[in-house]
Amino acid sequence: MVNYLATVVVTLKQVVNDPQGLTVKSGLRQLGFDEVEGVRVGKHIEVRLTAEDEKAARTRVSEMCRRLLANHVIEDVRFQVEEQDAQVGASR
Amino acid sequence: MKFGVVVFPGTWSDRDCGQVIEQVLGAEVRYLWHKDRDLQGCDCVILPGGFSYGDYLRCGAIARFSPVMESVVTFAEHGGLVWGICNGFQVLCETGLLPGALIRNEACQFRCEPAHLFVERADLIYTANLDRGAVLEIPISHGEGNYFADPATLSQIEQNGQVVFRYCQPDGLVVPAANPNGSLHNIAGIVNEAGNVLGMMPHPERRAEAELGGEDGLKLFNSVVDAMNDILVAS
Repeated sequence: MVNYLATVVVTLKQVVNDPQGLTVKSGLRQLGFDEVEGVRVGKHIEVRLTAEDEKAARTRVSEMCRRLLANHVIEDVRFQVEEQDAQVGASR
Repeated sequence: MKFGVVVFPGTWSDRDCGQVIEQVLGAEVRYLWHKDRDLQGCDCVILPGGFSYGDYLRCGAIARFSPVMESVVTFAEHGGLVWGICNGFQVLCETGLLPGALIRNEACQFRCEPAHLFVERADLIYTANLDRGAVLEIPISHGEGNYFADPATLSQIEQNGQVVFRYCQPDGLVVPAANPNGSLHNIAGIVNEAGNVLGMMPHPERRAEAELGGEDGLKLFNSVVDAMNDILVAS
């Protein structure tokens, strides 16, 4: 089995109002960052897992996103999967 | 008539509900621990307010995996009365027993204040003692009570008449100014198509004694008791 690190990013769908993002945007503009046109606040989730290969890891992470990590009524989810050597994995 | 009140780690309104059920209604209450599967023959299961599992990940997201929820889902699917209040409403949406989701309040603030509710449905067990168009004053207390559903779902909910309560002014007018959290269509509470699963953000258990500011919330509890007693007597 191979060790993988999945990095999952969950954000509110574009059609869902993101009051947190709007508040952060207005904060940035108050600080003088006039070029800021939009901010969306989301979640960053790291999942360490083992799998036969990257395809299998992706399948499992996709299932995790569907069943728990994101609520598909309101959220979009995307993720990356990268191989990790066992020592890095064990120290985290 | 026996009520079950589910207790998750982080639930905070369980004893408030229990107080109303036992001391005000004089009915029986059973506290149902999240790790138990036995609903102990309860006629109505309440999922009370609070912060189940610390609201980790999303409000209600973790609670839905607890053993007691498996039994609650089965109970609801067989027509059992399941009543989600505040966090309980969030749990019901996460579980899929009710459509849509509850997201952060539009103002990004926790709102704890009285709210007025326009009663859209008076034909449910929960609202049997009310009239359509009645206005109830029941407080809200939440940071994530902003009801959202995609346009197709929202239109379905409206067509099916699944909206039970809408935020309104004291005179009953449903207007944007009366909306405390940004909920679509001022939605404060909805029911499933069958009418046995109710989710609402306001806290009726906090308006069930005159000494605590009013009895509008008690009308919902009384409706359930009266309707269930009729059913139990008839059977």
